[in-house]
Amino acid sequence: MLQSDTLKKRAEKARKKKAALGEDIEIEKFEQEEAGEHEEIESLEELPEKHKETILKVGVEATGAGRAGSFLQIDQTGVCTSCSSESIELMNMKNALEKYDWLNDYMWKAVAVDTDKYTAETALRESSGYFIRALPGSREIFPIQACMFIGDTNVSQTVHNIIIAEENAELHIITGCTTGSDIQSALHIGVSEFYLKKGAKITFTMVHNWAEQVEVRPRTGVILGEDSTYISNYILTSPVRTIQSYPTAYCQGENSRTVFQSILGGQKDSVLDIGSRAILTGKNSSTEMISRAVSKDQSQIYARGHLAGKSPDVKGHLECMGLVLSDDSLIYSIPELEGSSTDLELSHEAAVGKIAEEEVLYLMSRGLTEDEAASMIVRGFLSMDITGLPPELAAETKRMLDLSLKGM
Amino acid sequence: MVVVKLILEITDLAVEVSGKEILSDIDLYIGKGETHVLLGPNGSGKSTLFMAILGFPKYKVKAGEIIFKGENITNYSTTERVKMGIGVSFQNPPAIRGVKLQDLLKIEHGETDEELSPEMMDLVTKLKFDDRFIDRDVNLGFSGGEVKRSEILQLLAQKPDFIMFDEPDSGVDIENVELLAEEINTLLDKEKKPGMREKSGLLITHLGYILNFVNADTAHVLMDGKIACSGNPNEILEDIRKEGFKGCVECCNPIH
Repeated sequence: MLQSDTLKKRAEKARKKKAALGEDIEIEKFEQEEAGEHEEIESLEELPEKHKETILKVGVEATGAGRAGSFLQIDQTGVCTSCSSESIELMNMKNALEKYDWLNDYMWKAVAVDTDKYTAETALRESSGYFIRALPGSREIFPIQACMFIGDTNVSQTVHNIIIAEENAELHIITGCTTGSDIQSALHIGVSEFYLKKGAKITFTMVHNWAEQVEVRPRTGVILGEDSTYISNYILTSPVRTIQSYPTAYCQGENSRTVFQSILGGQKDSVLDIGSRAILTGKNSSTEMISRAVSKDQSQIYARGHLAGKSPDVKGHLECMGLVLSDDSLIYSIPELEGSSTDLELSHEAAVGKIAEEEVLYLMSRGLTEDEAASMIVRGFLSMDITGLPPELAAETKRMLDLSLKGM
Repeated sequence: MVVVKLILEITDLAVEVSGKEILSDIDLYIGKGETHVLLGPNGSGKSTLFMAILGFPKYKVKAGEIIFKGENITNYSTTERVKMGIGVSFQNPPAIRGVKLQDLLKIEHGETDEELSPEMMDLVTKLKFDDRFIDRDVNLGFSGGEVKRSEILQLLAQKPDFIMFDEPDSGVDIENVELLAEEINTLLDKEKKPGMREKSGLLITHLGYILNFVNADTAHVLMDGKIACSGNPNEILEDIRKEGFKGCVECCNPIH
């Protein structure tokens, strides 16, 4: 997977490097499965019914209805790549690297290969993943759906994705990550590098539904050109062992803009360490980060945000709201504002609290029981309006969110 | 003599809030099909009585009992009371983010489909709302009039047997008062002959303006946590309009 010796050396050196945040995972504990262990299929419809049901829960529609294309990776194997849109190229990374020499110029540019042991592992192994490229000036309103699926127990899955939106292209992606219904433990490492050229727009909506003993370490970098917009929506409401993720957007282009919207539901012993970071170097670039977190049972949620304003006229706002529903759970909100230029505006508001009794009583006076009222309020709290999506996709995302919130 | 079946019987009720006695010696009997009105100045305990009948936990019953439909509900939860047929319209209900008015209407009307039934949509239109409005978070950014109409709309969905209205006309313009009154009259079976009415109500108002549009059978005046007098609503209102609640103070503390 690595063409350059320099990158390889850097990766080798970072092999034991612990991540800055999150519990250190012993990668060796998990089994390394080779690519090709799972049979390739032409269409997601060939999947067994129980898998279809599982992926549908994270928004991946096996029929491909309403989708511009589909990608499925099971463990280390890209098993399905199909695309009906003429304005989008969708390929398995391996094939894409064979086809395009220039793709190497995009490898490890938005995420440093030696960030930590997880990026190093992804680089040094033959990782699968997808390559998506929206052609210049194209506007595909149907989303590409991508699914990262863990099919064998205790495997480590490494994924490396590259997403490019060429000049003035508009691209929508739905990603569902999940495990087979009989899988208990596994490790998922997903590196995603996004490149938005001038005037491009990408919306990236991701739903996670892992099993209780799965460790998750996504590593995401986004490089934004002039007048481009990147919108990330992240939903996780089901139990997981630990997840640590801190996607970083580099707003390099003038007027570039990012929005991060996260919905986090902590259940059982889950540890969710989720942040969003925006480095605003482009003149007049901006970011908005909104998160809603609810902690139940013994879960711990670390909701981070880092806004770094490095040029004049940049703007950023972070909003983090949390509800703590059990005495054994925790919400730790860490908003960071870093201003290193004049004439910038960075702000944050964060609140962590409990369900308002007045609201519970109001719903009880309409005939709901106390528990029904509380869960309706929690679902309402989490079901924030996700902005920035075209109407069809907004409706679809709402359905995905409603489905995720059913388990809360 | 016509025997009226009682729907609500409150006897010798004392209510405490945060350790402070707010109501005492309250006796209130409301017959099936009757509408009563509770008058009194601000701070006299009207809302406390409302919340105590509704069973909000902060309002602790220290003495007496509340009987609803022949059953002692003094220790029942709010949910249980509502399920037995008590309905309420709040003066200042809380806004709940992410909970849409439509979601509540479905629960109140026992609907499970994604779309609201045509029957409910007719009521929505009648209350001058539309499908976009009912998709809003309940009470969030609603105007004073919208709050009242939404409360009444929810009651129309619920169809309770006994309804308490807390200041249904406060902060509402004249045009909307008439609309609200019309629906309150529907909720209280006013189009039926008195003996045929099934639904009962308790209107709480300190100005009594709503009584120009909704007829009440009996009025009670609450002063300093006690019922100072009960009787014909017109006579009592006339007195209050002439002399204010001053006259009621005298009734409350007769000079011996």
